[in-house]
Amino acid sequence: MKKANRGNLPALLFLLGLLMLWQLGAMKVNAAYILPTPVQILQKLWQLRGPLFTVHLPATMAVTGIGLAISIALGLALAAGMDASPLLRKTVYPVVVASQTIPTTAIAPLFVLWFGYGIWSKVLVCVLITFFPITITVYDGLRSAKTEMAELLFTYGATRWEVFRLVKVPCALPYFFSAVKMAVPMSVIGAAIGEWLGAQSGLGYFSRRMMTQLDGAGVFAPIVLLSAVAMLAVALLGAAETRLVKWRGETE
Amino acid sequence: MLRFEHVSYRYPSEDFDIIDDLSFSVEPGSFHCIVGVSGCGKSTIFRLTNGLLQPKAGEITVGGTPIGQLKQYCGYMPQRDLLFPWRTVGQNLALPLELRGGLSRAQVREQVEAALSDVGLAGCGDKRPEELSGGMRQRAAFARTLLTGSDLLLLDEPFSALDFLTRIAMQEWLLAQWQRHKKTILFITHDVEEAVFLSDRVLVVESTPIHTLTPVEVPAAYPRSRECLARPELAELKEQLIAILRKQVTP
Repeated sequence: MKKANRGNLPALLFLLGLLMLWQLGAMKVNAAYILPTPVQILQKLWQLRGPLFTVHLPATMAVTGIGLAISIALGLALAAGMDASPLLRKTVYPVVVASQTIPTTAIAPLFVLWFGYGIWSKVLVCVLITFFPITITVYDGLRSAKTEMAELLFTYGATRWEVFRLVKVPCALPYFFSAVKMAVPMSVIGAAIGEWLGAQSGLGYFSRRMMTQLDGAGVFAPIVLLSAVAMLAVALLGAAETRLVKWRGETE
Repeated sequence: MLRFEHVSYRYPSEDFDIIDDLSFSVEPGSFHCIVGVSGCGKSTIFRLTNGLLQPKAGEITVGGTPIGQLKQYCGYMPQRDLLFPWRTVGQNLALPLELRGGLSRAQVREQVEAALSDVGLAGCGDKRPEELSGGMRQRAAFARTLLTGSDLLLLDEPFSALDFLTRIAMQEWLLAQWQRHKKTILFITHDVEEAVFLSDRVLVVESTPIHTLTPVEVPAAYPRSRECLARPELAELKEQLIAILRKQVTP
């Protein structure tokens, strides 16, 4: 742990330097409605802590959580299916890749029309953005399993399901963690985009409302909160990963 | 114990039978080495025996029964130890027992512990495979093969990745294990000296496609030590085998 902190020290110093530059620059420009200083943003965050933390953060977290859960369930099922059936792979893989070329931000307003201002239009944006990396990465993980290991288990009399459980799942686990670590920030972005385009609550929605009031610090405050939450989630995932995946990087 | 009767096999990507009408048999409790140049098809014989490949023609029986009707009739140990890195050494050894089923957790642990101390790895059950040296890993893999409970062991060049000194120590160790457990061992190698030292009969692959395995008796009694390799009849046998194999190698 100590070592890790020391490793992060240059990055922290660099970040601090950037923030100071920003602070000085913004003070010189002196137009808080377009370029607030970091201190003003923090002050705003504190002022607005009531609505931000009790209404809008939970709303965004619900979208992200549900979206991620759907993406993970769908991604895992599809990856396992493609691994088991070459026909399914041939059918689905190109479509999944093609789905990624859809400019989600551009069609998200349509989702609002279709699904209304409620939570589901946002969840859909989230799923569309995160579903792809999870499916493809987990699929690659399942493929990475050594055929020799599977064959060895077959000679022990294992069934296909047992091989899947004993060889493929452990091989795919590190890939799964990479996928989710990628997907968490993306899902937060997805939720924010969805809320920005049309919602009744959520950090994206709040940020947009502040925009209409030309409150620069108010635009930034929920964004800072979003990034902090995403970083925290990734850090937690990293900790879970080190506990569960002890063999990462081994060539065998 | 193991019998091939007019077995043929062709890889889908090839236009000839790599195993062509091959018949041979191996009696219970014997130690046979199959020697041949790399790529001659000796591993294919193993993959047919353990059921990973299906013969195009002919029949393979173990103990008189066609292998199609048998389960867990052979313990297969591939060239690389293939210990699963996400399992501890003990959990690796438990794999064949778990797959067979019908044992309680305590029984599995007991058998694993016994097998570990049997191969000189007592107390290593909770270690991760990467913490073991090459020789220890091969011994763990051998213990795992023993735990399949099969009387027929197929060992595919298990020592080829080890350094020379570890390899000769492992050869002596394997002979001791064989004499203690009274298993039937088929051992693939391209190392003639290894074959002569280990087996009571060497089966030579003289050409590819494989029509026959030429049996060559090794005139030495067990227990053996490495000194016996210096005896003139064994040295001569070694040279003779090398001469047969060299004919097939085009540099």
